[in-house]
Amino acid sequence: MDNDQTLIKATNLKKSFGDFVAVREISFTVEKGVCFGFLGPNGAGKTSTIKMIYGASPVTAGDLFVFGLDIKTQARAIKSRIGVCQQENTLDPDLNVLQNFEIFASYFNIDKKTAQDRTMELLHFFALEQRRNSKVAELSGGMVRRLIIARALINQPELLILDEPTIGLDPQSRHQVWDKLEALKQQGLTILLTTHYMDEAASLCDELVIMDNGTILAQGSPQALISKYTGHHIIEVTEPGPDLVKYIQGKDVWQENLGHRLIIYAAEEHDLYRDLCSRFANKDCLLRSASLEDVFLILTGRELRE
Amino acid sequence: MKMDISWRFLRVWQRNLAVYRKNWLINFLLPFFSPLFYLVAFGISFSVFIVNIRYDANQVSYISFIAPAIIAINIMNNSFFENTYGSFVRMYYQKTFDAMMSTPLNTEEIITGEIIWGATKSLISSVIMLVVISFFGVVSYPAALLIIPVAFLGGIAFGAVGMCFTSMVKIIDLFSFPVFLFITPMFLFSGTFFPLTGLPVWAQQVALFLPLTHLVNVLRALNYGLFNADVLIGICYLVVFSLITIPIALFKMKRRLIK
Amino acid sequence: MKIDISWRFVRVWQRNLAVYRTSWKINFLPPFLEPLFYLIAFGVGFSGLIGNIRYGTTQVSYVSFIAPALVAINIMNNSFFESTYGSFVRMYYQKTFEAMMATPLNAEEIITGEIVWGATKAVIGTVIMLVVISFFGLVSYPVALLIIPVSFLGGIAFGAVGMCFTALVKTIDLFNLPVFLFVTPMFLFGGTFFPLAGLPVWAQQVALILPLTHLVNVVRALNYGLFNSDVVIGIVYLAVFSLLTMPFALSRMQRRLIK
Repeated sequence: MDNDQTLIKATNLKKSFGDFVAVREISFTVEKGVCFGFLGPNGAGKTSTIKMIYGASPVTAGDLFVFGLDIKTQARAIKSRIGVCQQENTLDPDLNVLQNFEIFASYFNIDKKTAQDRTMELLHFFALEQRRNSKVAELSGGMVRRLIIARALINQPELLILDEPTIGLDPQSRHQVWDKLEALKQQGLTILLTTHYMDEAASLCDELVIMDNGTILAQGSPQALISKYTGHHIIEVTEPGPDLVKYIQGKDVWQENLGHRLIIYAAEEHDLYRDLCSRFANKDCLLRSASLEDVFLILTGRELRE
Repeated sequence: MKMDISWRFLRVWQRNLAVYRKNWLINFLLPFFSPLFYLVAFGISFSVFIVNIRYDANQVSYISFIAPAIIAINIMNNSFFENTYGSFVRMYYQKTFDAMMSTPLNTEEIITGEIIWGATKSLISSVIMLVVISFFGVVSYPAALLIIPVAFLGGIAFGAVGMCFTSMVKIIDLFSFPVFLFITPMFLFSGTFFPLTGLPVWAQQVALFLPLTHLVNVLRALNYGLFNADVLIGICYLVVFSLITIPIALFKMKRRLIK
Repeated sequence: MKIDISWRFVRVWQRNLAVYRTSWKINFLPPFLEPLFYLIAFGVGFSGLIGNIRYGTTQVSYVSFIAPALVAINIMNNSFFESTYGSFVRMYYQKTFEAMMATPLNAEEIITGEIVWGATKAVIGTVIMLVVISFFGLVSYPVALLIIPVSFLGGIAFGAVGMCFTALVKTIDLFNLPVFLFVTPMFLFGGTFFPLAGLPVWAQQVALILPLTHLVNVVRALNYGLFNSDVVIGIVYLAVFSLLTMPFALSRMQRRLIK
């Protein structure tokens, strides 16, 4: 192992289903205490990668070590130290909330008293105590998601893995979930998540990996990625006139002409904005901060995916 | 093929028991009423039309002939349906197995826990049915008490074969095939409602390959207080049947759950 | 309670037909094999035990006695299970009704389409069974052809009462109650496998309140080529039964779907 701050180490990790290769020999490390994100479009290989990490899918080739243990031979030991929050609703609809936690705790061989105490703590942390006797069917989407995350913490894991944690949630619920994940991170929990929401990746993740077609396109912190791939500021011109286009093309700036829109990257390096506004009096000329979405689109292209 | 089963399968069993207890009233009433209805229908009403049946060297009443068969059918139905429809709904619709697999439980333990749960359901309802049937005076104690462990064995056998089907069906509707081509013929032709001797010889021989035939034979003999060759052969058959179907079920379900 | 049904319910029916046709093989085999099995079991197996049955003023063979009952049971099963389990899965798990209600279809049309679909399955099953049974020489044509429209009426009756239960059950397991306390007793005691005369008088009177008894009476009479008072009474009963259960089903389901 590199050092004892490395929680996950993947080397040339590959996953294929028959002829289809979902994950093409990727390598990455996750340090303790960070929030590490896998960002990418549908079909990028994020869920396949994550499933290998929590042992739900066997590794086709390459090495994967979690807590310094080999996933191929010590999956059980690894699983007892992690918490997993799947994309689907895996709560048990036949049981009420409290029982869901108690039964789940038993899978880790946690005794009943400890399970009950931890359950109440977790329900309190996620502001769901009054729901302890509710049936799963009565809960809203946001509550279900918070409960699945809470349940994943019953064994006090060192690593929390979340697959699309806020998919389908309304803005209030999303922010609640983010707040709780931030709080957990403050407590020292290492978090691994997959998402295709740029704002989620930008606000939660310390380290990011952008994936597409089973490969890693870029890795780094959100700010580092923005610095490298788009610059911090962008000028967007809607319906640029031909003179403006020609003018920009004559300049040595990083640009992208989409026809109805002209995008200029790293605008902070030039005094371009004021220049454009005074020369072309174009009211649809906008200077804004670059976001992960811009990075993402630069790296993965703008066409629709199948 | 590497199998790795620890005592943890009990957790899966406990989960199913917790759910069962929530609906205990329904789960209790059914094995209570069901044999009652069948016994009254066939035992009392049919007996107007059917004279005594020849069993071994004796003539027995029709109602005493079918009572143990009704228990055997119940054993088969409980475990088979629990490990087909029941397990499929948990696996496919409720994603219960997905949640379990992210914990220290592995697939072999999940499936073992499910099969043992199916057998437990068979056991519970057999005890209830024995009590009910005793009131008709058709049970010979104490030999009939052996029906209880045999019920568990029968439950394992039918649960395991059910689980084999669960590993294969793509959608839940496809269970119709094993139900109509396996369960229903056994229900009718395993020496349940009429003796095997009523069938042509070739059919009798086919019946002897089927698990329900042997379960009925064992229960019927025990119910009459006999511990004879039928009982030994039947128990051996059920044990061998289980020893073949359980590994197949574990292997195929593992392949289905972990891709 | 305002009921507003247009021809649009046919769209719901068409949707179910489309699904049926994609899995037609699964849907075809059971109604083909099941009566075959039961006829062989009861006809061959029991013929050693049961002599002829007294029907009306004549003696008839046991096989000819139960064949029409099997058709009636099939009608009941097809429509009842389609409008209970089938509709519940569509409503609760697949959210099919929710999708429909965002279109010009309203709740009454959805439920009507579902009930008519259940009756359609009953008709399809009946036609197949009649063909199978004809090969045993047990069907009197042309009067028996009237069984086909009667099967539609029977399908409506059992489909509607099934839908009433669907409106009431909270979870799918609760269907066990009407199945064991309503369907199973009728299956056994509706003059199906033995004449009603085999029951005590009070039980015969209770049976006459139940729908399957009348359906069996009608189908049996028609199968023997008779058009007698049993047929008339039975048809009237089934029509009245439907007229009572359908509005109840429509209004309760409307309440359940629209909150």
